Amino acid sequence: MDAIAQFASRCKDPRYYQIAVLSLLVIFGVVALDFGILWTNAFLIVSAALAVQYFGTKLTSLPRFDPLSPLITSLSLTLLFRTDMPALAMLAAAIAIGSKFIVRINGKHVFNPANIAIVSLVLLSNHAWISSGQWGNAAIGAFALACLGFIVLTRARRSETTITFLIAYGTLMFGRAIWLGDPLAIPLHQLQNGALLIFAFFMISDPKTTPDARIGRIIYASLVASVAYVIQFVFYATSAPVLALAVCAPVVPVIDAIFRGRIYRWDLPKAFPKAISKGVYQ
Amino acid sequence: MRVLVLIVSATLTVAISGTAQAFCGFYVAKADTSLFNRASQVVLVRDGDRTVLTMANDFEGDVKDFAVVIPVPTFIERGQINVADKALINHLDAYTSPRLVEYFDPDPCVRYEYDMLGALKSSMPRASAELERRAKASGVTIEASYTVGEYDILILSANESKGLIRWLNDSGYNVPRGADKVVGSYLKQNMRFFVAKVNLEAQKKSGYSYLRPLQVAFESNKFMLPIRLGTLNAKGEQELYVYALTRTGRVETSNYRTVKLPSDTEVPEFVKAEFGDFYRSMFEKQVQAQNRRAVFLEYAWDMAWCDPCAADPLTPDELRKLGVFWTDNPERSRVSGQAQNVFVTRLHVRYDQEHFPEDLIFQETGDRQNFQGRYVVRHPFAGKASCDISSYQAQLRERQEREAQQLANLTGWDIDDIRGKIPLIADTKTDQPGSWWSRLWN
Repeated sequence: MDAIAQFASRCKDPRYYQIAVLSLLVIFGVVALDFGILWTNAFLIVSAALAVQYFGTKLTSLPRFDPLSPLITSLSLTLLFRTDMPALAMLAAAIAIGSKFIVRINGKHVFNPANIAIVSLVLLSNHAWISSGQWGNAAIGAFALACLGFIVLTRARRSETTITFLIAYGTLMFGRAIWLGDPLAIPLHQLQNGALLIFAFFMISDPKTTPDARIGRIIYASLVASVAYVIQFVFYATSAPVLALAVCAPVVPVIDAIFRGRIYRWDLPKAFPKAISKGVYQ
Repeated sequence: MRVLVLIVSATLTVAISGTAQAFCGFYVAKADTSLFNRASQVVLVRDGDRTVLTMANDFEGDVKDFAVVIPVPTFIERGQINVADKALINHLDAYTSPRLVEYFDPDPCVRYEYDMLGALKSSMPRASAELERRAKASGVTIEASYTVGEYDILILSANESKGLIRWLNDSGYNVPRGADKVVGSYLKQNMRFFVAKVNLEAQKKSGYSYLRPLQVAFESNKFMLPIRLGTLNAKGEQELYVYALTRTGRVETSNYRTVKLPSDTEVPEFVKAEFGDFYRSMFEKQVQAQNRRAVFLEYAWDMAWCDPCAADPLTPDELRKLGVFWTDNPERSRVSGQAQNVFVTRLHVRYDQEHFPEDLIFQETGDRQNFQGRYVVRHPFAGKASCDISSYQAQLRERQEREAQQLANLTGWDIDDIRGKIPLIADTKTDQPGSWWSRLWN
């Protein structure tokens, strides 16, 4: 009975759900959408991420090796990052996990691991890119993604980052269309993008790299949406939200210094007894 | 082994389908002539912020009725505009076309590797004072006017769309309804309008009976193709072929799915005679399967070679004429020898306002994997057999059934119609030469 109880309590860790949903998305992408995901790359990314996490854990004398976060990072990389060079796939995983151990301020890592790996390699190499249009924009698909993502997010109980980002980004898209006199089909089309939803639900939502206080997260998400808008419509770069997150990440320590909050810990669901006792997501 | 290659070119494809097409800008008739424009072909050469756009169409009306309005992201000087030879685009079209490859089964009585295919996989409106005066009154600025080749060209900017539309209409252009909102949107995005019509005198002098492609070179961080205007005067869906020439790798759309056309499929022999029909039916089926919202990849290849070749790769001179500026570097060409460092992507899109509300936005990827739309016909051995070929025939029948099913899947054609067109299967229903008893007393 103890074992079952232990298993049940471990399942409260929202990362299990994230891993399940991201894996489903990878399968959906490969089977239904013919994405061009290379299994070799996926395998290399996962292995390299776990290896770097393992050595990082040893070197920094962390109490235990935690495979969950590197798995999530690997799946995000598999979904969003494209390269024709296996070595770059491994490098992406190494940068992602390595950045967690190296770039730290006040006990928190600064960059979302998958995000900084993608952005640095896309900027530095011709062999790396993001296929943001490949999810298509079938409304039903987007809806399904959103729902699945939302479950993951509410388990993590920091959903205001995602919600604020989507509202802010959506407002900017609709605002622009109204200003230009464009039909609303255009912003709707821009928002029904699988890559955007994956970003909103699985990348910017990362509680480890967003501000600790709720107000801080709301400010941060609005900032990312605004920067994404500028990147998209002033610099005409594709995959603007992903780039915007990397640009804005260094602001998080500043926001944390102004608005104090509790650093998020995946393994301590009991630190939030109230949220759990409400029972909404149990 | 003989390998023949048949291709279906972009213009042929659409010419037979007979659907109404328009250009990525819009045609504006000088008179109410019914303009029937079949397909647009655009060559996009892009590296960094530098872009060279070559636009061709198979406009067939009276040239005096031809006029085209294209949004461009920057001011365009005279030297940035050129008129190209249509043969360049025809060559690029042929080189990148989906192809039918033909193989002939060897004599089954000679022992060697049967499945060879497996191994192969692998002074414009002479800016008259009158025009300018009217322009000023409408809030339109004629930023420049040039005559290039057989075209009179104006570069226009405006304070607001209504003035521009009024000016175009007053100047004898017939602007489609609903254009003002789209024009307004482009104006707010700081785009100019490139207006071209045929200068009849210059056209007569040029000696060409058709309109040559217009080329524009410019620098802009926008890697896109404005298609919204083209949907305004369209009769239904339109056909657009984009040939992207880049240095790094394959080009894809970043705001629509880019889907590979099914390829490397064996189809029955009779498809050879109906390859155009086959390709059109297959394309329509794929468009439907993607809910009419996808852009199709038909070819992605390093320009240095091809296999099999539907046409020879373009020469460095042809590439330069199309706008490939980076091969000019003499050092590079000396080092690379034959390699041209040019990657070609052929995209095919059938679009309308409902399914493609936004302009096409492109991105260059690092993917240099080769892809081609390739379909295979394998002719059965037709010679006189010097041995018992019943096992070959049995395999052949299986293969023909498989080919029939694949063809039905690809095109949506009726499977029984397909079977009826395959000779051997129809014959064997009666005499069954492969059955065990036929071998007993023969």
